[in-house]
This record gives sequence, C-alpha cells and structure tokens, in this order.
Amino acid sequence: MGIVIKNKFMLEPILKVKKLNVKLENEETIKDLSFEVREGDVLTILGPNGAGKTVLLKALLGILPYEGEIEWQKEVKIGYVPQRLPFIKDTPMNVEEFFKLKGVLKGEIKEILNSVGFKENFLNKKIGELSSGQFQRTLIAWALVGKPDVLLFDEPTTGIDIGGEETIYGLLSKLKEERGLTILLVTHDLSVVFKFSNYVICLNKCSICQGSPKEVLITENLQELYGEEVKFYEHHRH
Amino acid sequence: MEQFSLSLIAGIFIGGAAGYLGTLMLSKKMALVAGPLGHLTLPGIALALLYGFDVSLGAFPFVILGIILIWLFEIRTKLSAEALTAIVFTSGVAIAFLFLPIGQAETALVGDISKIGFLDTLVICITCLFIFLLIKRIYFKITLINISEDLAKSEKINVKKYNLFYLFSIAIIVALGVKVVGGLLTAALVAIPAVTARNLSKNLFQFSLGGTFLGILSAFLGILLFRITGFPAGPLIIIVSTIFFLVSLIFKKI
Repeated sequence: MGIVIKNKFMLEPILKVKKLNVKLENEETIKDLSFEVREGDVLTILGPNGAGKTVLLKALLGILPYEGEIEWQKEVKIGYVPQRLPFIKDTPMNVEEFFKLKGVLKGEIKEILNSVGFKENFLNKKIGELSSGQFQRTLIAWALVGKPDVLLFDEPTTGIDIGGEETIYGLLSKLKEERGLTILLVTHDLSVVFKFSNYVICLNKCSICQGSPKEVLITENLQELYGEEVKFYEHHRH
Repeated sequence: MEQFSLSLIAGIFIGGAAGYLGTLMLSKKMALVAGPLGHLTLPGIALALLYGFDVSLGAFPFVILGIILIWLFEIRTKLSAEALTAIVFTSGVAIAFLFLPIGQAETALVGDISKIGFLDTLVICITCLFIFLLIKRIYFKITLINISEDLAKSEKINVKKYNLFYLFSIAIIVALGVKVVGGLLTAALVAIPAVTARNLSKNLFQFSLGGTFLGILSAFLGILLFRITGFPAGPLIIIVSTIFFLVSLIFKKI
C-alpha cells in the first residue's frame, strides 16, 4: 500500500500545462490555464460550445500556436481522435485505405480493427457508408496505430447514432485497461464524467473549476460554466 | 514521326496526368482553382503567340502568379472562392484581349496541339511522367491533408512541404493543359475525369486509376474525332469527357 502511494506521488506527470494562453484571430480562446495529467489518468474537459475545448486539444497536439508551457513527458506518443472529418466523404475510400494513408500494413490494420470490435470484412467497407458510430470507432482505431501512450478524444457534438455513445465509452474503458492509456477527452455528457474519468477541468476560456468529478461537479460550478438555466440532477450510479 | 501520332501521344500523356492529379483536387473546391488558374494564363499565352514561343512557357509564370494570388487571397482576406474566381477570370481574359492577335484567339482559348513538334512531344512526355511519379509519391499524404490538416499535422506530416509539391504539380499540369485545351478549358481537363471516376469507384485505388484512365481515353478519343471532323481537339476532348460523365451518372447509384 505504502509503495503504491509513494509511486503515485513519485510519478512525473505525463503532461504539465502552465499558464497556457491561446489566441485565435486576436481573440483570447484559452486564458491562463494550468493543469497536470498523470499516467493512467482519464481527464475530462467539460464546457459549453465555444469554450475552447477543441482548441485546447489542438494546442496540446502542437498544431496551434500558444503562449505558456505545454510539457509532455519525453518520447510520449499521442493519438488524436478528431471531432469530425467533414471532407472525408469527398474521396471514395475504404477502411483499409484510410489506414494506409498512415502507412499501416494490412496485418496491423486487421489487429487494430479487431481490438475495437470489427471483423475482417470491415476492411473493404466504404468510409462514406459507415454509420456515425462505426466511423467513430474507426477513428479511434486509427488513432491507436503506433501504440500511443496518450489518447486525445474530441467527442462529436451531434450525429452519433442513438445508443452509440454508451458503447464508445465502454470501448474507451476497455482500451484504457488493455493498453494502459492515459486519456484526455472532451465531452458534454456528465454521466460519462462520473463513470469514466478521475479528473475534470471545467473550461470556459479560463478554468472555472478542476478536480475529481465528485468534488467539482456541484451545482454552483455547473451554473457558472453553463449559465444559470442549467439544473444539476442527481446522478444515479449503478 | 507522323504529326497526328505526336498530337495523340502528347494529348494522352497530358490527359492522363491531369486526370490523375484531378482525383486529388476534387475535395475542398480545389478543382475550381484550376479554372481561375487556366484563365489567368491567357495573357501569358497571348504573349507566347505574339512573340512566337511555346504557350506552356508563356503560361507557366502566370500560373505561378495565380497560385501566389490564391494563397494570398485565401490567407490574407476572407474572400470566397467564387468571388476569387470571378475576379481572376475577368482580369485574366481582359488583359489577354488587350494584345492577343485576334486571329490566334482560338489557339489561346481552346488550345491547339495539331502542329506539335517531336521535341515538344518528348518534353511533354518526360514532364508528365515526372509529375505522375511526384503525385504518386505525395498521393496518400495529400489525401490525408485534404481530409484534415489538423489530423495530418497530428501525424507530424510537414503540411507546407507537401502542399508546395502539390501546388507545383498543379502549376505544371495547368501550363501543359493550356496547350491541349486552351486557357478556358483547363479546369475541365482536370476535374471531369475525376468526377466521373468518383461516380464509378468504391475505393481510392479505383478512383485514382479511373481518373487517369478516363483522362487518357478522353484525350485519345477527342484527338481521334479531331482527325475525323476537323473541329479543334481541345473542345472535343472536353465533350468526350463530359459524355463519359453523363454515362457515369447512370451507374452512380447501382
């Protein structure tokens, strides 16, 4: 027990963010944000539309300019699941070819598709004909190529087939256990936060609150985050 | 070598390379870009006809200018592609007609490869082969960039470098394309085979192969029709290409 606690505190954070500022077209999108992520954490970024959640993920990936510090552990590998890919349907492409864009060999594609619950015949499916849930799983599988240590997951706001969402988080849980993933996810779904994550950042340009879901997700904080009209309902845990 | 064979060979090489490139340009309105670029080459073609040098050489600096303009417009202003097309189109055509010898207007507008020489044909074949191999090399990366620049960047792909190779390929193909179909029709040379191939393909392999094949076939049949009918080859190539497109609509949903 003692060793476990010691280890937990000895572990260097996998990600340190200090005084992060991101400006998009001269408008402050993220202001003075600081947090740390440790190995195995599932960190949820919660907030209303336009709060800078996706921007934060992109800054963490290094694809947006920022001020402040973003320090990833050395040689950490990051997989990115984007919110949506509207242009992908412009090009006829099957699932196998989508993975080949990344230079993945057929054997590995099969293995990785298996791990997100797809059979072999899925390789020849046309990307444009997948359901939104299937496409989401495919994107997760795509991000898992190269065995990343960290997964950045940007939840689509709309368009996942009904009942699809539950299984996506079930899948993420399973993958986290199997692969020892650290996960940073953007979501709107409070039930996901309670079931799945151990740390929450409430973001609305700056950090409104952060901590464990139980500590942080109280009515006052949520009202501040989403505005007065939001009523927090008691969550049923099974 | 017989004049007709030279025209046919040159047409086939340019048509094939343009069709292949077109399959990369369908997404994100890039196919539209070939339109203003083609129109902008008109002053260059006019100069070439006036002073008697190769039209592709005349067109090339104007294509480069066009690419820089498009880049500047898109990045510096929020001007839409449609407004851009309108502005570049009109100014290109207007400037060309200031000094284009009217007797040679047809060559500038709809192209002419009926008098192409052996050396020209050789240069065209080598250039097209080079561009084909270049496109093949960057194909997957550009496809990923077309799908999402963010996703490509998250894969540590040097987006700027690949875009530069891509734009360079577009510039060369447009400059060569004006020789075959003129400044007005280059967009069609690039876009129509690709759109047709998209209607008929289930995957990327069929799509890219289909675009290339339809580009070759349209050029071949168009130039053959030119031999038979005596109408200019450029418009005939585009009309053949359009007929393939119409036929593809029938098969689209099957």
